[in-house]
Amino acid sequence: MPLSYAGKAYALLERYNVEDYDLVKIITEKGEIVGRIMPRPSIFDDEHVIIKLPNGYNIGVNIGKISEIKVLEKAYQREEAIPEVEFRENLPYIPFIVTGGTISSRVDYRTGAVRAYEKPEELLDLIPELADIANIKYKPIFAEFSENLTPSHWKKMAERASEELNSGARGVVIAHGTDTMHYSAAALSFMLMNLRKPVVFVGSQRSIDRPSTDAVLNLIAAVKVAAQSDIGEVVITMHGSPSDEFAWVLRGVKARKMHTSRRDAFIPVNSPPIAKVTREKIEIMSKYRKADESSRVEFDGRIDERVFLLYTWPGMSPDIIESIRSLGYRGLVIAGTGLGHTPSRIIPSIERLVRDGVPVVMTSQTIFGRVNLRVYETGRLLLKAGVIPGEDMLPEVALVKLMFVLGHCNEMECIREMMLRNIAGEISSSISMRDFPPCWVMR
Amino acid sequence: MKEIKVGLEIHQRLRTHKLFCNCPSTLMEMEPDCWIMRMMGVSRSELGSIDPAARFELLRQRKFLYGIYFDGTCEVELDESPPLEMNKEAVEIAIKIAKMLNMDVVDEIHTMRKIVVDGSNTTGFQRTALIAIGDEKSMIRTDQGDVRIATLCLEEESAFIAETGPDFVKYRLDRLGIPLVEIATYPDIKSPEQAKEVALKIGRILRATGKVMRGIGTIRQDINVSIEGGARQEIKGVQEPDLIPIVISREVDRQLNLLKIRDEILERGITEEDIGGFFDLTDVLKRAEKGFVRKAIDSGGSAFAIYARKMKGLIGREIQPGRRLGTELASYAKVFAGVKGIIHSDELPNYGISSDLVAEIRKRLEIGEEDGFILVISDRRTAEIALKSVADRLRYAIKGVPEETRRALEDGNTEFMRPMPGSARMYPETDVLPVLSYPFLKALEGWKPEFPEDIIGRLVSYGISRDQAEEIFDEEKVELFERTSSLCKNLSRGFIASTLTSMMKYLRREGVKVELIPEDKLIETLLMVDQGALAKEAVENVIRDLAEDPNADVKEIARRYSMSQEELEKLIDDVISLHKDELMRAGEKAFSMLMGEVMKKVRGKVDGRIVSSKLRERIKKEISQKSL
Repeated sequence: MPLSYAGKAYALLERYNVEDYDLVKIITEKGEIVGRIMPRPSIFDDEHVIIKLPNGYNIGVNIGKISEIKVLEKAYQREEAIPEVEFRENLPYIPFIVTGGTISSRVDYRTGAVRAYEKPEELLDLIPELADIANIKYKPIFAEFSENLTPSHWKKMAERASEELNSGARGVVIAHGTDTMHYSAAALSFMLMNLRKPVVFVGSQRSIDRPSTDAVLNLIAAVKVAAQSDIGEVVITMHGSPSDEFAWVLRGVKARKMHTSRRDAFIPVNSPPIAKVTREKIEIMSKYRKADESSRVEFDGRIDERVFLLYTWPGMSPDIIESIRSLGYRGLVIAGTGLGHTPSRIIPSIERLVRDGVPVVMTSQTIFGRVNLRVYETGRLLLKAGVIPGEDMLPEVALVKLMFVLGHCNEMECIREMMLRNIAGEISSSISMRDFPPCWVMR
Repeated sequence: MKEIKVGLEIHQRLRTHKLFCNCPSTLMEMEPDCWIMRMMGVSRSELGSIDPAARFELLRQRKFLYGIYFDGTCEVELDESPPLEMNKEAVEIAIKIAKMLNMDVVDEIHTMRKIVVDGSNTTGFQRTALIAIGDEKSMIRTDQGDVRIATLCLEEESAFIAETGPDFVKYRLDRLGIPLVEIATYPDIKSPEQAKEVALKIGRILRATGKVMRGIGTIRQDINVSIEGGARQEIKGVQEPDLIPIVISREVDRQLNLLKIRDEILERGITEEDIGGFFDLTDVLKRAEKGFVRKAIDSGGSAFAIYARKMKGLIGREIQPGRRLGTELASYAKVFAGVKGIIHSDELPNYGISSDLVAEIRKRLEIGEEDGFILVISDRRTAEIALKSVADRLRYAIKGVPEETRRALEDGNTEFMRPMPGSARMYPETDVLPVLSYPFLKALEGWKPEFPEDIIGRLVSYGISRDQAEEIFDEEKVELFERTSSLCKNLSRGFIASTLTSMMKYLRREGVKVELIPEDKLIETLLMVDQGALAKEAVENVIRDLAEDPNADVKEIARRYSMSQEELEKLIDDVISLHKDELMRAGEKAFSMLMGEVMKKVRGKVDGRIVSSKLRERIKKEISQKSL
C-alpha cells in the first residue's frame, strides 16, 4: 500500500516504514495508541497522523508528540467475492456509461477510502431491483467530477453513446456528476443527430455509500426509462421531490440544477417534465419524440469551444466586452437581466463585437420565461446592435448550442438561423402557465 | 450470584444549538408541518447480523416518514444539505467535561459516520466524534472500587419515533441533531448498585458544567451487561438512575432462566431439526371462535405455523416478571417482520382457539402432545420472515443466550431491539473537516472547573442548609435559585430554596404539573412576595394555578390570593365590631383571639406580620377611643 501523507508527517511515517492501513503502535509522551494508519487527504495539514482505533473512531495524533511507531501488521489487500450476474434473455441490454461523479463511487468501509465501482455486480448488490429491469454492462469512459469536464468529454460521451445505440443497445444510461449534468445533457442533445432512443443522464446528490442515498431511486428510474420507455431523446432522470417516491424525466435541454444540495435539485425550465417515474411505472406527462428501435443515430462532434458566457450586472463596464474579443472568443452568450437587457452603456461594445463577426446571443438571468427585446428601448437597441434573442433557452443551453453552431458555420446569417431554429427541443413554441415553480402547487 | 461485568454509556444532551446546523435544540409541541418519505439503501454485503437476509428484505420494504418543521428544522436534518461546521460551543462543552473527568483530549477531532439503518437518522448514519480518551487518571471512585472512563464522544441525537406500523416508521426531526456527549466506562462495574452510583456521579459532573439540558429524556444510560456463562447485552435507554440496578438484576435473572431452559432443552434431547416447517393453517383457524384471531382471518389474514418438537412448556416459561420465552420470540417477529405478535402453543387454548382446534393444528403439523408450535397471522410473505426469525431465535435457545441489543422498559424489564451489531461500521464523515483541539485547550488554560462539591459549597454560603443546597443542585435549579436570590432583596434565601425544592416536590407528588411552569413565572411570583405584593402563605396557591395555566399572568393569579389594604382594614373592622365586648373586657389581651379570627378570614392572602401590625394598631385605636 502506498503512503498518502505529505511533508513532515510523510517523513516521520517513512522513517518507520509505515504505509496506509498498516496496523501500528504509536508511542507518545502520554502512552501508547494502537490502530490502523488511515490515508490523509492532501488538503489537510502535515502535522497529524490519522489513526483508526479498534473502536472504529479515527483520531488525529500530532506528530510532535510521537516518539516512536511500531508496525504491528502490514496492510493487505482484500478481494471481495461478489457473485456474477447472469444475462437474462428476456431483458433488454442497457450499457451503463460511467463518467464519474458521486453516482459512480463508494466508500470502502474497512478503509474509509472512496473508490469507483468496477462491476455492475457491485451496483446490483445495492440495488437488486436493477437486475429485473435490464442486463446492465459497465462502460467506464473516464472518472471526473463534472465540474472538470470539457467539451471534449461531451464528444467522448456522445460518441460512446452513439456506438452503443447503433450496436444493439435499446437505450443508454450515463452516470454523471450533477454539477454540470445539464451542460452535458444539452451537448448530447445536439451532438446525437436523429436520435430515436432513450439516452438517460443520472446522478446522485447523496453519495451512493450512504444508506440515505438518492441513487437507488434515481438509478431504478433511469434504467427503467432506458429499458422500457419509448422516449427517443436525451433526458435527465433525478428525484422529483425530497421523498424517495418518484423521479422526473426532464428534457436534457430544458433542465437545470437549481439547488446546491437537495435531491430534487433538477427542475424543468419553461417546459413540463416529460414523465414521472416511480418504482412501479412510468407515467407520461407531456409530448416527446417517440423512440424507433430500428433507427440509427448519427454522432456529430463538430464544435467550437471558444464561446463566452457573461452574467451582466448593474454598473458593469464595457471593457469586459472589449476583452472578450481580444481574448479570441468566437461567440458570446449573455445572461442579461429581465426580458434580456444589459446596461445601455455596454451596447456600443456589443455592436462592435457583432460587427466584427462575433455572434452575441441574449438569454436571461431570470432563468424562467422568454427573452423579448422588443418591449423596451434597451432591448430594441440590443436588437439593432445585432444581438440574437435566445428565446426561452437557458443560458447554459445557449452556450452549448452556440459552440455546436460555431462548429457548423461561420457566416453570421447561418449562425443566426441555427440559433433561432429549434434543433433538439431547446426552444419552446409556447410556455404554459403551469411551467413556473409557484404554479407547481397547482399540480 | 454469578459474576457480572457492567459498563455504562451515558448520553447527555447539551444546551446549545444542533451539532451540525444552526437549528435550535428545541423539541416541538405541535405536529410536523409535512412528512417526507424515504427508503434506506442498504447493500447485502454490509449488513452484519444473525439473519442478514430477513433483515435486508425488511429494510428494503420499510418506508421511513420524516416529520419536518418549516420553522425549527432545516435542510440539514432532512439530509438535503451537507452538514455545517461542527458546533464549536458543543465541542467546547465536551472538552470541558473531558477535562473534569481527567481525560486526554485527542489532538485532531475526526467526525465519523456510524451506520444505523433503522431510520432514526435521515442519513442512515449517526455522526459521532471521539473527543477524549481515558487514562489511568480518569476514574469514578465508588465504595465498591474505581471505575475507569474509556471514551468521551460528541454525537448527534437521533430522530424521535412518532409511530410504527407494519411497513413504516414515522420519525419527527425536531430531536435529530441535538448534540449529545456519550461517556463510556470500562466494564469495571461489578454490582447493580455500583452501576447506579457511577451513573449518578457522572450525571452530577455533567450538571456541574451548567451547559447540559435538563428534564426527562435529556440524559439516558445504556448498560452493557455480561454474565458468566451467558452473553453480553447492550441495553438501551434507561432514563431513571433508580431503574439501573433493577434492569441489571432482571437481566441477570433473564439470562439465568434462559440458561435453565437451555439445560432442559439439552436434557430433552432437542436439536435444531426439531424446530421448523412452514404450514398454512388458515383453513383450520377460520373456525376459531370470536376473538382477534377470527377477526384477523375474516378480514383477509392467513395463519401460518412452525413446529417446535418436545418444547411443550418451555415456550411459556417465565424469564422475567411477566415475560416468557414466547415474549422473546414475539419480539423477533415484530422486529424482523413488523407483525403485531405471535401465538404459541403454551398459551392455548385461548383467543377463541379451542382445545379441539389445538388438537387439529397438532395433527396438521404432525406433532404430538409434548410438542409445541408458533402461529403467526398475516400475509404469507410477512409470515415467512416472522417465522424464520422466530425459528432462528428458538434454535439459539439450544446454545444459550444470544448477544442482543435490548431496549429498557419502564418496569425494568428489557425487550429485544435488534441483534448486537458487529464492530460498528464506521467510516469518515467526508463532509466535515477535522477540528483541532489545540485552540480550545489553549482558551481553557487557567480554567478551573467547578465540580459538584464546589457548587454545593457556594449554595451553602447563601445561608441555606446543605440538604437544601444538594437538592437544588440535583434538581438542576442552581441557576434558578441564584437568579432569584440576586433579584430578591428582602426574602430569606431559605424560603426561596424551600419553595423551589420541597414545595415543588410536595406539589408534584400531589399530581400538580409544576414542571410546566416557566422559570420566569416562578421568579415573578417570588419577587411579588419579596416586594410585599403577595403573602408567603399565598405562594402555594399561585403555583397551583400556574401549573394549571402556565401562560397565565402572575399578577392576575396573585390578585385572587391577595387582599388590598382597604379590604384588610374592613375585615379587621368587622371582626372587632363582632367581638367588641370581648375586646372591652380583655383589652389588649384579646389580641391573639382576634388575630386568630382575622387570619381565618384572610386565608393566606396577606402576610401574617402585616395583619398583626394592622390589628394591633386598630386595637390600640379602639381602646384609646373607648377611654376617651
